[in-house]
Amino acid sequence: MGKNMSLTKVVMPEQAADVRNKNFQEVALGYTKEMAMEEATRCLNCPKKPCMDGCPVNVPIPGFIEKVAEGDFEAAYEIITSENALPAICGRVCPQENQCEGKCVRGIKGEPVGIGRLERFVADYHMENAVQEPVEIEKNGKKVAVVGCGPSGLTCAGELAKKGYEVTIFEALHKAGGVLSYGIPEFRLPKDLVAKEIENVKNLGVDIETNVIVGRSLTIDDLMGDGYQAVFVGSGAGLPRFLNIPGENLLGVYSANEFLTRVNLMKAYKFPETPTPVKVGKNVAVVGAGNVAMDAARTAKRLGAENVYIVYRRGEDEVPARKEEVHHAKEEGIIFKLLNNPCEIHGEDGWVTGIEVVKQELGEPDASGRRSPVPVEGSNYVIPVETVIIAIGQSPNPLIRQTTPGLETQKWGGIIVDEETMKTSKDGVYAGGDTVTGAATVILAMGAGKKAAKAIDEALSSQK
Amino acid sequence: MYKIVKKEVLNQAVELMEIHAPYVARKCEAGQFIIVRVDEDGERIPLTIADYDREAETVTIIYQVVGYSTELLSKKNAGDYVVDFVGPLGQPAPLHKVGHVVGVAGGVGSAPLYPQLRKLHEMGVKVDVIIGGRSAEFVILKEKFAEFCDNVYIATDDGSLGTKGFVTNVLTDLIEKGEAIDEVIAIGPLIMMKNVVKVTQPLNIPTSVSLNPIMIDGTGMCGGCRVSVGGKTKFACVDGPDFDGFEVDFDECMKRQGMFKEEEHNCKIGRGV
Repeated sequence: MGKNMSLTKVVMPEQAADVRNKNFQEVALGYTKEMAMEEATRCLNCPKKPCMDGCPVNVPIPGFIEKVAEGDFEAAYEIITSENALPAICGRVCPQENQCEGKCVRGIKGEPVGIGRLERFVADYHMENAVQEPVEIEKNGKKVAVVGCGPSGLTCAGELAKKGYEVTIFEALHKAGGVLSYGIPEFRLPKDLVAKEIENVKNLGVDIETNVIVGRSLTIDDLMGDGYQAVFVGSGAGLPRFLNIPGENLLGVYSANEFLTRVNLMKAYKFPETPTPVKVGKNVAVVGAGNVAMDAARTAKRLGAENVYIVYRRGEDEVPARKEEVHHAKEEGIIFKLLNNPCEIHGEDGWVTGIEVVKQELGEPDASGRRSPVPVEGSNYVIPVETVIIAIGQSPNPLIRQTTPGLETQKWGGIIVDEETMKTSKDGVYAGGDTVTGAATVILAMGAGKKAAKAIDEALSSQK
Repeated sequence: MYKIVKKEVLNQAVELMEIHAPYVARKCEAGQFIIVRVDEDGERIPLTIADYDREAETVTIIYQVVGYSTELLSKKNAGDYVVDFVGPLGQPAPLHKVGHVVGVAGGVGSAPLYPQLRKLHEMGVKVDVIIGGRSAEFVILKEKFAEFCDNVYIATDDGSLGTKGFVTNVLTDLIEKGEAIDEVIAIGPLIMMKNVVKVTQPLNIPTSVSLNPIMIDGTGMCGGCRVSVGGKTKFACVDGPDFDGFEVDFDECMKRQGMFKEEEHNCKIGRGV
C-alpha cells in the first residue's frame, strides 16, 4: 500500500469554537472510515517502533494502524484491547504529544501520525458496530479486591479478570469511573462512552460495588480477612488543594473538584432539570493551568460566563496542560492571565467581588525544572470576578492511610510502592495511579494498574 | 438499592426512616453521617445518623422536609427503595467520660444528639437534655431521651410545652441554679449553636457542636463543606462533623449555608414543586 507522505495529520472535524463554547457536546467529532484509513497510511511501520516505548500500556501501535489502513477495524480493535481496556477514553484524553506521538519518526519533520485519533476511531467504530458477546473465562477461584473504580482500578481489575480472578471493585461514589465520571467534562469525554467502556470491563466478570468507602465502610484489613488474597488501591488524588490566601471561604470560591463534580457527576449543567445547582456568574477566574484548570474554565464558559480567566503564576512555556486543551480553550475565548499570582480574594457581604493578583517575572529554574516566578513589587491589581475556581492540584485522600496499619506513605500522602511491582509496604497490598504519584494522567494510572495486575498474578499463582 | 424498612412521621415537617444498609450499620458510631440519594440524578443529601441496629443491619435517619430532595425522600414509604446510601462518613463524636454532660437540641438536631448522649450514658456519664422546638409538635424524641437522661428539659417558642423561650434560657437557668456541668453538646440550627456557645464560653464549659454544611461527596473531595475552626480551614465531612464550639466561625457557616438559596428557589419552580 502506498504511504501517505503528507506532513500534516488528516484534520479531525470539530464543532466551531463559538458554537461549542455554548454546549456540552463533544468538541472533536472523530474521523470517518475514509479519514482514518488515509491517516493510517502515514505510519511508516518503522522497525524500531519508538511509539510503543512512549505508551505506558504498550499498545502494539503500528500493528493496529496497519489493520486500520487495510480497513479491518475489528482486527485493529482486537490488537488495541489486547493491551488497553479503555481505548475510547485513551484516544481522547491521553497526552499523546508527550507519549506515543511524541516519539513518532514522522514528527521529526512535520506532524506525527495521529495515533490518538486512530485509537479513538477504532474504539468508536467497535462500539457502534460490534455486538458485545459474553466472554467465557475459566475462574481460578482466587479473590482480589480493588479500591476505587477509576482508570487504574478498572485496568487492574480487567487484567486480573481476564486471567480468571474473581475481582470486586469498591467505589466510594454512587457512580463508577472515578475521575472519568466526576472530573473530565462531557465535552471532552462523553459519559455514555465511559459507561460503555466500564460495561466492557464488567463483561469480563468484574463486580463493581458502589457506595463503599474503603477506610470507612470497611478497611483493607477487613478485606484481607474476608478472603481477598490481594488488594489493589487505586483511590486517586481526591483531596483538593487551596491557596491559603485571605478570602478563600467567601461564597463563590470553589475547588475545581467541587465545580467539576457538580457539573459532571451531578449534572448541574442541566439544572433545574437535575436538582444539584452550580453558580457561575459573569466573570470567572480559574487559578492554575493544568488540564483540570482548562476543564473548569471551558465548563464555566459553557455555563454562560462572559469572561473566563486562567490565572497562572508562571509563563506560557510552563503551562502544564495538554497542548490541545490550551489550544481549544483559547479558541473558545478563555483569557489567559499568565505570570499573575493570586494573593487575596476580595468580597462584599460574604460574596466574591474580585481576585487580587501580583504580576510575576520568570527567574531561575526551581526544583521542578521550570523557571520559578518572582513577584514584581507594587504590581498588584484586582480582576473583578464573582467566581473563583481553585485548580492547583489534588493530594491523595487520607482515609486509607489513616485506617491501614503498616501502609507506608510519603510525607505528602502518596502511598509508597516498589515501582516494578506496585507492591506497598503491607503484605498483599498493591497501589497505583494518582494515590501513588499525586495527580497525573489517566494513562499513567492505567499503566500502574496493569503492572500491579501482573505482579498480583505472579504472587498469587505461586501460592496454592 | 437500599430498602426502607420503616417510616414514621414525627410531625408535619420531620420524618424518620430505617434503612437497610449493612456496610453503614456494621461500622457506624455516634456522630457520623451518611449520604442518601433518592433516585437517579438525585442530589446527595448528607444526614447525621440518628440510630443503628447492627444485627438488623439498619440505620435510622431523621430528616426535615425542607426542599426538593427531602420532599422526594418524603414520598417514599416502607418497602420502597432509595438508590444510594453511603457511609459511615466523618469522625465519630469525641465523647469523654466526665461527670455530667448536658445535651442541647434544636428541632431536628435531637436526632444526631440522641446516639451521642446514649453512648455517654453507657460510658457512665450523667446526662441531661434540653430539647427545643417552635411548638410542642416540633419537640422530637423526648420519650427516647427519657430512657436514659436524668432530666429532660423542654423549651418551645410558643410555650406549648415546657419553658416558653429558647433552649439557652433553660441552659442559663440550670447554670444559675448551680448545676455542675462538665461539658455541653449542642446540635441544631447554626444560630442556636452559636447562642449556646455564647452562654458556655464565658464559663469555660467545653461545648461540642455538630455542623452540616453544604457538601457533595462527603469524603473530602469537593471541599464545599469547609469551615473556619480556630482560624484554620477544616472540612466538616472528614475533620468533623463535630467541632469545638468555641473555635467555630458560626457567622461564616451561616453565610456559606446561603450559597445556593436562589437556586433552591429556582429548582422548585423549574421542577414544578
